[in-house]
Amino acid sequence: MVSVSKHALDARGLLCPLPVIRTQERVAQLAPGDILEVTATDPGVLADIPAWCRVHGHQVLETRRNGNLIVIALQVTA
Amino acid sequence: MSASAPLPTTASAASTPRKAVALISGGLDSMLAAKVMLEQGIHVEGINFYTGFCVEGHTHAIRREHQLKPKRNNALWVAEQLGIKLHIVDVIEEYKDVVINPKHGYGSNLNPCLDCKGFMVKKAREWMESHGFDFIITGEVIGQRPMSQRKDTMPVVARESGAFDRLLRPLCAKLLPETLPEREGWVDRAMLLDFNGRNRKPQMALAAQYGFVDYAQPAGGCCFLTNEQYSHKLADLWAARGTKQYEIDDIMLLKVGRHLRPRPHFKLIVGRDEGENNFLNGYRKRYAHLNATSHTGPLVLLDGQANDDDLLLAARLTARFGHGRDAERVEVAVTDLSGTTRTLTVAPLPANEIPAEWYL
Ligand code: SF4
Repeated sequence: MVSVSKHALDARGLLCPLPVIRTQERVAQLAPGDILEVTATDPGVLADIPAWCRVHGHQVLETRRNGNLIVIALQVTA
Repeated sequence: MSASAPLPTTASAASTPRKAVALISGGLDSMLAAKVMLEQGIHVEGINFYTGFCVEGHTHAIRREHQLKPKRNNALWVAEQLGIKLHIVDVIEEYKDVVINPKHGYGSNLNPCLDCKGFMVKKAREWMESHGFDFIITGEVIGQRPMSQRKDTMPVVARESGAFDRLLRPLCAKLLPETLPEREGWVDRAMLLDFNGRNRKPQMALAAQYGFVDYAQPAGGCCFLTNEQYSHKLADLWAARGTKQYEIDDIMLLKVGRHLRPRPHFKLIVGRDEGENNFLNGYRKRYAHLNATSHTGPLVLLDGQANDDDLLLAARLTARFGHGRDAERVEVAVTDLSGTTRTLTVAPLPANEIPAEWYL
């Protein structure tokens, strides 16, 4: 049985493209199916993380905004 | 993928495409170079290096959010248009030595372009080796840039990066000696190009032919180091500290706000709009800072050492750049590094008492 493991990345205070770079480094350590939730403050991530996911074939599951905080959940694909 | 897809029984050279790693800046030239390789059936993946000086990204974060054009990272945009992967690599630490000690010197500002190209191709070579790729491509064009893209500097980059003949520049390859991918027949030299000089028309024509629209056209170069004012601020930082060093926060802050050095031992960074004030706000724990409390106005960071007289001057300048500039008295909160705040009541410094040399 495969269980989905959830991971969190704190990218608050980082300016683009650093949140994307940290996301990329983290995803490299995850397995297909894993979910990574990135929390960031630079609104640039709203464009950049989904673009990075499209380019690498990963899936954005959800984008939430909570005041200055932006949370993007993505699922790693093979 | 369907499970019934036939698996190749023998791995022939023809069935496994050769792999190239392409330096992708987000500009048109590297986009075209990658496309030329894709057209030849090469497997291409992009690599983009983040030095901290890149124009990409930050200014968006700093400026206010409402913008007509949606924010985008041009390197990622290029990769998406081409349908290739893009690996963005953090080289902030390693790049310091390139900026601080460039063997080939600087260009017209503090841009160490030739060393920078050698460094990036070297990093791409390391990536190529560790990922089982065959060669490296760049969007360089002979004669395009006075320092780094000349016929005599092309071999320097190939040699100093250790890439040698595994470095192919598809846009001007016909004007250069044959490289390994051409000799081995992985790519067809006849289909490569002979672009030369500063004229951008051939690139635009090729872009039109490929149907590329809306690509980024950076004016100066790919990074802030080609910007005269930015370089001036960096040189000032080095001079004031008496050493050519920097941290990432230093070089980020050089992109933001109005910078004034009223005394050799301190400078002020004054937010110019709400976006910059918000950005500077993120640094208030690391710098002494000032802001008017009786009127609206900017957040001002103080970098350096300041005695009481200096703080008074800083407070008068802070008042000067806010809405209380014409008031007789403005109250300014001054917070030191320990977080202790006191309020000074000051007269805003008149504009004619701010010498032009204070502005960096
Ligand atoms: S403009 Fe900047 S990034 Fe581009 S080659 Fe010169 S130093 Fe390097």
